[in-house]
Amino acid sequence: MAATNPPATPVPAPSIVSRGWRAVRGAFSEIARRPLSLIGLVLVVFFIVLALLAPVIAPYNFDQIIRGAARQAPSAEHVFGTDMLGRDIFSRVVYGSREILAIPAATTALSLIFGASIGLFIGFRGGWVDSIISRVLDALLSIPALLLALVMLATVGSSPGGIIAVIVLLYTPIVARVTRSSVLSVRSTGYVEAARLRGESLGYILFQELLPAVLPALIVEGALRFSYAIFLTASLGFLGLGVQPPSPDWGRMVNEARDSFRITPWSLWFPTGAIALLIIGVNLLSDGLRRIFRREGQGL
Amino acid sequence: MSGKPVIQVRDLTLEYKLKSGWTPAIRDISLTVYEGQIHGLVGESGSGKSTLALGLMRYMAANARITAGTILFDGQDITHLPQNELRKLWGKHISLVPQDALAALNPSLKIGQQIAEIVRLHEGISSAEAHARAVEMLNQVRIPDPEQVSRRYAHQISGGQQQRVTIAMALIARPKLLILDEPTTSLDVTTQASIIELVRDLMRERNAAALYVSHDLGVVAQLCDHVTVLYGGEVMATAPVVPLFTRPIHPYTISLLASLPRHTQATETRLRTIEGAAPALDMRTTGCAFAARCPAALDKCHAARPPLEDVGEGPDRYVRCHRWREIADGTLVIETAPGQTQGDSAPLPGHVLKAHDLNKTFNVSGMFELLTEKERTGVRALNDVSISIRARSTLGVVGESGSGKTTLARAIIGLEPADDGTIDLMNQAISLNLNGRTRDELRQMQMIFQNPNDSLNPYRTVGDALARTIKRLSPDLTRDAVRARVLSLLEAVRLTPDYANRFPNELSGGEKQRVGIARAFAAQPSLVIADEPTSALDVSVQAVILNLLKDLRAREGVSYLFISHDLRAVSYLADWIVVMYLGQIVEVGDADQVYALPSHPYTEALLSALPTPDPTVNHMPIVLEGDPPSPRNLPTGCPFHTRCPRKIGKICETDAPPWQDAGGDHAIRCHIPADELLAIQSKGAP
Repeated sequence: MAATNPPATPVPAPSIVSRGWRAVRGAFSEIARRPLSLIGLVLVVFFIVLALLAPVIAPYNFDQIIRGAARQAPSAEHVFGTDMLGRDIFSRVVYGSREILAIPAATTALSLIFGASIGLFIGFRGGWVDSIISRVLDALLSIPALLLALVMLATVGSSPGGIIAVIVLLYTPIVARVTRSSVLSVRSTGYVEAARLRGESLGYILFQELLPAVLPALIVEGALRFSYAIFLTASLGFLGLGVQPPSPDWGRMVNEARDSFRITPWSLWFPTGAIALLIIGVNLLSDGLRRIFRREGQGL
Repeated sequence: MSGKPVIQVRDLTLEYKLKSGWTPAIRDISLTVYEGQIHGLVGESGSGKSTLALGLMRYMAANARITAGTILFDGQDITHLPQNELRKLWGKHISLVPQDALAALNPSLKIGQQIAEIVRLHEGISSAEAHARAVEMLNQVRIPDPEQVSRRYAHQISGGQQQRVTIAMALIARPKLLILDEPTTSLDVTTQASIIELVRDLMRERNAAALYVSHDLGVVAQLCDHVTVLYGGEVMATAPVVPLFTRPIHPYTISLLASLPRHTQATETRLRTIEGAAPALDMRTTGCAFAARCPAALDKCHAARPPLEDVGEGPDRYVRCHRWREIADGTLVIETAPGQTQGDSAPLPGHVLKAHDLNKTFNVSGMFELLTEKERTGVRALNDVSISIRARSTLGVVGESGSGKTTLARAIIGLEPADDGTIDLMNQAISLNLNGRTRDELRQMQMIFQNPNDSLNPYRTVGDALARTIKRLSPDLTRDAVRARVLSLLEAVRLTPDYANRFPNELSGGEKQRVGIARAFAAQPSLVIADEPTSALDVSVQAVILNLLKDLRAREGVSYLFISHDLRAVSYLADWIVVMYLGQIVEVGDADQVYALPSHPYTEALLSALPTPDPTVNHMPIVLEGDPPSPRNLPTGCPFHTRCPRKIGKICETDAPPWQDAGGDHAIRCHIPADELLAIQSKGAP
């Protein structure tokens, strides 16, 4: 045997961290090679920068009413024009990107944490526990999303926390199901059984042995959930159940602009365009991620 | 060969496009198959045998191209034939029997329709006529009740029958050339024996040519007339079957034959192995492809590629080796006799494990059945199974798929706890369920898994995987002691220390399996359960693993429970053997006793079905009728009576057979007394 092995030279130890970092870098260079995914990445990064630097970029505060400037068409002074009350639409759109990114980001993170934990557990445990919890998740999934959100927010009142809680409740079962189905293909592999044979705890098996294998699927699902959450947040805003005034919300801006469409059409164009651009960007990016991770999942 | 050539391949080179550019997968291949001849194509995985078999019918992957050579089919040059012309050849004049029959059959078409479709397409006959032809063909491939089977779907028939259907599909248009790509690899030995017999008879009857691709030297020796040995995409040797097996002159052929496991009397023997692993496609050198692993390689072997030379003994014997003349005239001898292991590894008195009356039923009922209290139909996978394993010994468990051998292993290790029964480990009763066992009990019993590709976590280095197991099972060890143990384990499985930093995807299948073995030995177990540890590996790698297991048994003093469908591998390693059929043990004894007469009729059939890698041995397998009965609905009396060639009468159907004492620890569960069994079996096959 010794003849075939390379001589025992000291090899720099590739730690899991550097390997993970390599994978992330690899994913980015893959994205850079796909024009559509790159557009998606640029759009998403653009909106994130916008949200972070909102006070620097926006010329006015979001609720600042500029005297004598109501209903102005886009101009050098107000690039997106002003609305019925004389607020600068550009500034409102810029500030609005904070809510529309922060709420979906929080809901995505939380539903990934809860959904993955539940999915890992029931997928690994199997048996009647899995049957019962899966049926409960199915039941939750069968309720129309917007309807449940409307009912719940109408009862508890709408606040950022309430919106997040509702969307997390809606998305956790979906993430759990995706995770569970990925777990099923690895739960009976040799390395998971070897872990059981050395008496590893449930937590260790779930998060150390199974989680890495389902991570690619989770990342893709996370990107998808993020884009749906943006949509849902904007829809709730449009229906008046989003973040309450005067803080700007793209969905509510669209709703308000509906009434004054004939007088100030630009007040409808820009928030609508912003929603569309952001969702297109997130979708292009998540599509790219899905292709990359699906291939990698096969390789490993 | 007397017939005229059906396919002639001359200097064929086929390349694949890889990341690194166009890389030759097969180089300068020449091969001729004549009418009425079965031509065997043997090689390990990656040798290019499937690429060649499919490439010569011009069926290639999208990233493949032919860069040199010609292919003549029936006198016609098809090297550059356009696709639409090829389609007229395929199915009608050249047809293929694939390895995975279920995947090759259309799941939404009835068997009869699928077969009839082919003749309808190529001969333009009416569908009634085509159906009649299909049923007739099913009859010819010896499917019982063909009319009935023609109305079923592929998933409703057994694996052996599926393979017969693909053979029927391949032969119905009366092709001139039949290509069989490992058609029996995924089948049980008993089914394999009947398929081989079928192929041999059909080919003889039809005088067609066949190319039989296989990695199994036994099958090739028994079936083929002429054999070509491939290695690294090149022909190493080609010869009529008898001289190739009886007087091999290529070092690869010699080593491959020597590495086959066989039944040996002494426990200290070691198989000859071929060092290293086959080169990857883009790692091939300018010298002889086999030089890196050749026991007789000289400097010139590494420097220059030897030509394919005519050996000059009759037609069609060629060899590609710089040193074949020395081997042929006996001045160069390549060692083939089994070697010796170090140290004494005879079994010790006392038992490491005793399992008594284990039962296991799998309930196939889902939630719906639970709620509706419908009658539960269970699969009885284990039926009062008792075994005991002596210290530093190997108990082999053999049987066809579905015999319950894997269930037995998993019940003992606790992954799939038995429903009832007792398990004593080192004379202490332990919990049937894994979760109820103490750390020390877990440490005592470890497992080697079947599939090396999923037995290691792809996100963790080899060193991490081993260290974690050591730390979990021997928590008192210091960090340095764990490190030292990792290195000593790697050394024990003959891997260099730098493997500790590698990830599983940087390892070959054989190397992964060695890490899997090292992990099982991590915390000095007393019993290691090996569930088909070599079935996913190449022949040459299998020998390395079997030797390693034998060495480790001597070095660490462990016992094995060795599960395998490969009777040769079992006989090489096992001291005692149990034979299982449908969840029951039917015969138990030491390895010599089980391999000698008298045997349970089932064991007798299993052993006779094993193809011998020697074409001069006239091999007459006992072909079992039909398929094993469904374990959901076990036959009454003796479970084997439905297929038993030595059934004596009504009693076999009604009464469970008693254990017959066949001397020593040898016992057979049969209605026929042992001495009578011996008398009828020595007369020969039924």
